[in-house]
Amino acid sequence: MSTFDFPPSIASRPTYGALAPRAGAAQIMLADAEGAEALLAVAQADPELMHRAHVIYIPKHTGERFTDPLRAAAPDILHIAPSYPACTQRLHRVFSAAPMGAQIYLAGTEGLIGQAMALALQIGIPKSAIQTEHRGSVARRVQCVHCKGITEDVMTDPFQCGHCGLNLFVRDHYSRRLAAFQGVCIDAEDPGNVPPSVELYS
Amino acid sequence: MTIQFNDETFRDDYTFRNSEWAIRRFPFPFHEDSYMYSVNMERHRGGPEGSVYEKRFDVDEHYISEMRDRAQVLADDPLRCQSLPHMTLAGWDLLELIMVSKSEDYPDLFELHRDGATWRWVNKPLGIDDTFTFMDESSLPYGPMEYITRQTQGDFAVLDQRENNLWMDAGMVTTQADWSLDFDIGMNFFEWHAPVPMAHEMGVFKRALKFLLNVQQGSPARRLNWTMTVNPLLDTSPENYHKWGIQKTMLTPENVGRKQHLRVELQTFFRLPRSNALVFPIRCYLIALEDLVTVPKWGRRLHRVIRDLPEELATYKGFIDNRPMILDYLSQYDDGQTTSPGIWPDLDTEPPLRR
Repeated sequence: MSTFDFPPSIASRPTYGALAPRAGAAQIMLADAEGAEALLAVAQADPELMHRAHVIYIPKHTGERFTDPLRAAAPDILHIAPSYPACTQRLHRVFSAAPMGAQIYLAGTEGLIGQAMALALQIGIPKSAIQTEHRGSVARRVQCVHCKGITEDVMTDPFQCGHCGLNLFVRDHYSRRLAAFQGVCIDAEDPGNVPPSVELYS
Repeated sequence: MTIQFNDETFRDDYTFRNSEWAIRRFPFPFHEDSYMYSVNMERHRGGPEGSVYEKRFDVDEHYISEMRDRAQVLADDPLRCQSLPHMTLAGWDLLELIMVSKSEDYPDLFELHRDGATWRWVNKPLGIDDTFTFMDESSLPYGPMEYITRQTQGDFAVLDQRENNLWMDAGMVTTQADWSLDFDIGMNFFEWHAPVPMAHEMGVFKRALKFLLNVQQGSPARRLNWTMTVNPLLDTSPENYHKWGIQKTMLTPENVGRKQHLRVELQTFFRLPRSNALVFPIRCYLIALEDLVTVPKWGRRLHRVIRDLPEELATYKGFIDNRPMILDYLSQYDDGQTTSPGIWPDLDTEPPLRR
């Protein structure tokens, strides 16, 4: 099963629900990797709704596993993208053209949900029209508070910033605007004393 | 009185010092011998003559040097001052509030001459004499919020009010107790306070928000907050923590009185007239322990507060490792005598230290 129960946390940390079909003037769906399972669940609950949907899907490590089932669900448009950056311009175009009452479905990793959510809100889509469901990897998108560089798919704590090289611990403090958690230098008060990395939530 | 401005630094060689005058008027934050979170709000309508509460925006001997430090922080990292696009009107509101307040409260230092939309602003301590068009951004060298807060001590968070919440949508933040405007901008009241321990469970933020949503124009409010800082470093930012964090390990029994500072924030809250935004100035005052203990009541009380502070708070405020050394030092100034209620120094009535 690709779901994960996040432990209770602080008020800035996002929480996720479960996607459910919702009537709307347009149906826009975005998922990465195991997030496809959440879209397929919507399709199963309401096949007609899926036939009207514009689906953008990023398989990541899942390869072909979910592309055929998605195709079989027969969305109006199915776009398979190699990465989130590769489809942001398209997503921008689709969100911008969304009519009043459009419904947005975001499913998969926190990094994908967070970035697409920030983009949708920035374009002016109301938060109440956006549903989210976490599936798959619990990797985090983390901003280094020191150099401001963002590292994708962080799986361990602490980790080394991919930009400036500092050893960062990952806070639960989260910025929706940046779609990122905050990473802070772990050995500032004792340089070189970096505890061994452990997998997040292990 | 005429203020004698210090020429001093808040970094590198740390030449910052408080005069006798600044020590006596220091905003000591503890009204009793213990501390716990509370929604300690009161009206901000003046205070005893010479106190930091007297004026709407206190100007003191550190003014010029603090503004120089701010300019340096901004040159190193312009993201310390940001304003989301819908906050420009609030920036003009803030500029007006500060210019009117300072020119009325310190007529010998600041002048504001208004002829319709043409305003002339004279800031004598900083040597500024600018004429601009109110509400015309192109007539100022910076946006209105940045322009005026480069000339006003304290950090500024400008909060938009909507959906029964406050949103940190603009700010000038260079003297912060370890939080990042760049990270927190756009967050609501509960989100930007999310990392604070214990207070959420105590309901402090819910009550505080309820109070703040109802602050009315012309009725500002204030409260004090505090932490501890090694060296008189104004810019204790998360951005630079990998540079300044090491300074916390440089305390010794010999230098603790000189290097360890109590850091107090005078937080005020003003409703702004056009935007209905709330401006939240956070003014930082620093005092070395060796200066603080020259007031016998404060020496006794600070020792008791630090000694009895819950571990979670000492950790959050970042001095848990140094607490034993700080207590060793402060205990010399606590002779066990009772202290008078309230924050004032009470130098004439409180007994001298009994050795």
